[in-house]
Amino acid sequence: MIYSVSPLAIVLFVVFVLFVLGISFYFGNKTKSTAGYYAAGGTIHWAVNGIAFAGDYLSAASFLGICGMIAFSGYDGFLYSIGYLAGWVVALFVVAEPLKRMGKYTFADALDSTFNNKGIQLAAAVSTLIVSICYLIPQMVGAGDLVTPLLGMPHWVGVILVGGIVIFIVATAGMTSTTYVQFIKGGLLIIFSTILSFYLISNGLAKKPSRDYHEFKSIPAVVSGGSVTSIDSPDYKLAGEFEKKGMRFVKLEKAGIYSWWKLNNKEGAFMLEEALSKTVAADGATLYNGEPQKAGKFFQVGHIGKLVKDGQEVDKVEGLDPFSYISTIEKSEIISFAQLPVPIEDGSDRVTVWYQKPTSGSEIMRPGLKFKVDKGATPWSKLNFISLMLALFFGTAALPHILIRYYTVPSAKDARKSTIVAIAAIGFFYILTLYMGLGAMTNGVLDVESSNMSAPLLAKYFGIGLFSVISAIAFATVLGTVSGLIVASSGAVAHDLMDRFLNIKMTDKGKVKAGKIAAIFVGGVAIILGILFKGMNVSFLVGWAFSVAASANLPAILMLLFWKKTTAKGIAYSILVGIVSSLTIILLSPEMYEKYGVDPATAPIPLSNPGIISIPLSFLTLIVVSLVTKKKEKEVPIKK
Amino acid sequence: MIHGEAAKLEKDDAIALKTKIGLILFGVYSLIYAGFIVINTLTPRTMGTQVFLGLNLAVVYGFGLIFLAIIMGVVYNHVCTKLEDKMNKPSEPGDKESAKTEVGK
Repeated sequence: MIYSVSPLAIVLFVVFVLFVLGISFYFGNKTKSTAGYYAAGGTIHWAVNGIAFAGDYLSAASFLGICGMIAFSGYDGFLYSIGYLAGWVVALFVVAEPLKRMGKYTFADALDSTFNNKGIQLAAAVSTLIVSICYLIPQMVGAGDLVTPLLGMPHWVGVILVGGIVIFIVATAGMTSTTYVQFIKGGLLIIFSTILSFYLISNGLAKKPSRDYHEFKSIPAVVSGGSVTSIDSPDYKLAGEFEKKGMRFVKLEKAGIYSWWKLNNKEGAFMLEEALSKTVAADGATLYNGEPQKAGKFFQVGHIGKLVKDGQEVDKVEGLDPFSYISTIEKSEIISFAQLPVPIEDGSDRVTVWYQKPTSGSEIMRPGLKFKVDKGATPWSKLNFISLMLALFFGTAALPHILIRYYTVPSAKDARKSTIVAIAAIGFFYILTLYMGLGAMTNGVLDVESSNMSAPLLAKYFGIGLFSVISAIAFATVLGTVSGLIVASSGAVAHDLMDRFLNIKMTDKGKVKAGKIAAIFVGGVAIILGILFKGMNVSFLVGWAFSVAASANLPAILMLLFWKKTTAKGIAYSILVGIVSSLTIILLSPEMYEKYGVDPATAPIPLSNPGIISIPLSFLTLIVVSLVTKKKEKEVPIKK
Repeated sequence: MIHGEAAKLEKDDAIALKTKIGLILFGVYSLIYAGFIVINTLTPRTMGTQVFLGLNLAVVYGFGLIFLAIIMGVVYNHVCTKLEDKMNKPSEPGDKESAKTEVGK
């Protein structure tokens, strides 16, 4: 997709970045102590902390990833919203107050507050680093995706830009500047997502989303012996025919330009339906719908095929409310675009095709399009779905960058209150994701190459002003979350590993300096990984971070709080088993095999989400090791 | 190096009761969430059943889980605050400092 750069978007983006840098400078001069750097001195008001929680949590995965997934897969994307929000229940009812009482700066502090054990310090620090890096990758991918339409720069420039700014934010003022960046960003994200959803519902639904939306053509065809022998069009000539995955695709030529069409049988009559294509030649030259990218022929897509209101087929529906907006889509038929899983090998060219896929609204508004729980479901695919929902539920309360925010407020009561503010703000935002996702699906704004851009491109539909603001906020979204992740990671390296595990003697000033150097290092790693993982849906990637967090950290937290026989070795081993088992399953999953360029069907473990195996395994490890080592260890857990 | 107490916080005699209430609410929510996963997994088409204002069960149940988390959170905070006010009264009126201690000591 080629995007036109908006000067207003650039101005807003620059203003926002300068504002953020100003905050960092301001607080940087005041942050001299370790407590100030890692926990903002424990002085943040609970209401500010609650919105900052939202700013921290509503990452690129929530805004870009979920909206994109709903836009491409309907209700299945919204399942992420539900799971992400439900996880806060675990945080509020089980984890918030005890963790505040037990911790100091990091998640490892809380786990180790009972035992003072080197094994726990090492395992918890490693876990924090791995979970944070798993979470950082999608944020950086999202940053790269955003910069392309916003500033007209390549993906990798966006990743480096975000990395550089965030390293500056964290290295200057640590948790204090991070808190206020997250607070501002969280507030703006919710306000402007509400405005966008209001515009969307007020605008109603129409079969032709805009005047300049591309009219997809159909050409009658004659088929003999399974092949297309002629077409009813004087302009086009047959140029080739391929069968892939049980579908037949035809290559047509018009004035020297080649395009791809899918053969459909509509009520006994054969029709060629226009598709989108991307052709990569052997020399690397890329054509979009047969022409260079600059020709602008790679259209944004997604429209309503049959719009049904009160049982009647209509062209436009106005005056909708939040309920009727959803119910109208449910009764209509949406034309989405599906990517052919395997590229067509056309001579030396590799052709990727996106074809029209009419889907009933009722199918879109219930589970099954992405997660194989209905058509084509297998026991493994159902298990995979359960595994994901389990990880989302148990992952939130185990994310180190979320847990450290409990140390920025003065009391356990404030920790609880700020969690409730967070749940209300995040819950409201997640309801909006359904509207923004469905809006992108039906308003002809989808970029088939990047589901992550659905929400900002939907904003563009309503004017360049809203697009500019939403894009700047989306960029801020990435900044806020990445800042939190880098604070958590730098705490793991400088506080947990260097100070506590290795016992390196440092002054208070030296500890802050070590934290800042660690922030620069982790930021550098995040930049490299963000470039390497380009193209993957950010919410999907965050699902993995949740799985690792839920497997490695949550069993340790829960058992420490509620099982008196828990031992230090039990905690350390359960964390390590959780990390190793979840990462192993992820690395051997069909999705990763696809990333390696290997046939996903040959993946040894057919699960993409490891939680259902790795979470119980981590619990089991903790119980067995604790029982075995109980008599050897003298440590007794503090009162719960 | 002994880490020492995690943080200096006010003494809280309501911890046990608050923990119990939190676990009960967590159990209730977990059951409702588990029901959601079970329907989605075993009978996903049931989620397409229209139940309220033209919305299907999938949307109503999903929105319901989000609103329920908010409502339960507000109720939990209200109950906890009441318990803290009731159980953590200073020994003498105006003697708040006397109630301050470090958790774990």
